[in-house]
Amino acid sequence: MIIQVTDLHKSFGDHEVLSGIDFTVADGEVVCIIGPSGSGKSTFLRCLNMLEDVSSGEVVIDGHSLTDKKVKIDQVRAEIGMVFQQFNLFPHKTVIENLMLAPIKVRGLSKDEARERGRRLLGKVGLADKEQAYPGSLSGGQQQRVAIARALAMEPKIMLFDEPTSSLDPELVDEVLAVMKDLAREGMTMVVVTHEMGFAREVGDRVTFMDGGLLVEEGTPQEIFTNPQHRRTREFLDKVL
Amino acid sequence: MDAIFGFNWAGVVDFLPALARGLYYTLLVSVGGLLIGFVLGAIAGLARLSRFKIVNWIAIIYIEAVRGTPVLVQAIWIYFALPLIIKYTLPSVVAGIIVIALNSGAYIAEIVRGAVHSVDKGQTEAGRSLGLNRHVTMRHVIWPQAFRRMIPPLGNQFIISIKDTSLLSVILVPELIFQGRLVVANHFNAVEIYTTVALFYLAITLTLSAVLRATEKRLERRA
Repeated sequence: MIIQVTDLHKSFGDHEVLSGIDFTVADGEVVCIIGPSGSGKSTFLRCLNMLEDVSSGEVVIDGHSLTDKKVKIDQVRAEIGMVFQQFNLFPHKTVIENLMLAPIKVRGLSKDEARERGRRLLGKVGLADKEQAYPGSLSGGQQQRVAIARALAMEPKIMLFDEPTSSLDPELVDEVLAVMKDLAREGMTMVVVTHEMGFAREVGDRVTFMDGGLLVEEGTPQEIFTNPQHRRTREFLDKVL
Repeated sequence: MDAIFGFNWAGVVDFLPALARGLYYTLLVSVGGLLIGFVLGAIAGLARLSRFKIVNWIAIIYIEAVRGTPVLVQAIWIYFALPLIIKYTLPSVVAGIIVIALNSGAYIAEIVRGAVHSVDKGQTEAGRSLGLNRHVTMRHVIWPQAFRRMIPPLGNQFIISIKDTSLLSVILVPELIFQGRLVVANHFNAVEIYTTVALFYLAITLTLSAVLRATEKRLERRA
């Protein structure tokens, strides 16, 4: 198991957001996390690379326990790409510079190596002609594709997606989903928090329904979407489908 | 009009060398003080954002002590009181640079803190999620964005500090107004000399404003 989470709890002050989550992801698996707003799914995803520190429980990524105080968190994060709802590109850097920064600073690539890798990835996400553009001049869909390429430039073992299409205009959603589908097809291990039920059904190996800080139900897309076992899952799917 | 033109304006030319000497010291103390003040302010500003409580408190004490006392008192204390404690008399220009550095540093610290704080948290998260450590994230992701936002308030502080250097005449820094007063004491031409001195200050601050506006425009064009 490349991701193994055991009895994860997370509180903000008195408010418990995650109430004991057990979760595993196998190498190469694509897991989609669905659920209503406020169910804790984004917080949970952010615990997988310690952008949120956990209150109790254990998170083990590729054999490294993130909850162990001695873990070199930057080294583990280098293996986990993350894509944010708000893209979070570096606005003062050109597109290619966005892709080059971490490979140079963390992986020790030379500028030329990093640029070559960046160009290859921009080609992959269909933005080869935008390498000298600043993020502010790109559409939301283009920015998110750059953000995916930026994460891939670290050649991570796992990719986390935190509602990657939620802040996009509807007509820009597909171009981002297409890039994610390619990635899934190539065998990338992915955990995707999403409201795109079509994507979850088509691309997910497994779908996890979260509500009230708990994993309520897990199964193949077929099981979850056509034959949900839990009442809360049914209610949620009735509303969104 | 006679009240203005009835004076001996042409005679000012004779005193320009003296005033130029004053201008030199005004610029020396301003540039020296603000360069050190910026470094000091950056350090204190980042210290204010530190995870470590002690570091944070040292910065707070420095900032509050400076902001809570007048520049004039700071100058007099450093030039006349400090030497009695450290048993060493500072040259007045050095004392002047220290005063401007310490004083501007405290205000710049708050500018730095505010600007760094204003950069979206998502930027730090994006940097850290790529495996960049705290230091690299600050240096390459946060600081460049914060720096742009610092320029207008920094310009403001630079102008205030440049004007504050006129107070250093009381600790015998031979800057503009000090030189002006020397001239007037001997030649009784207060209107001509003090007007000229004021225009010198105006020339410095207007030039600085123009440079800052150009810098801001240049940075804007890129983003």
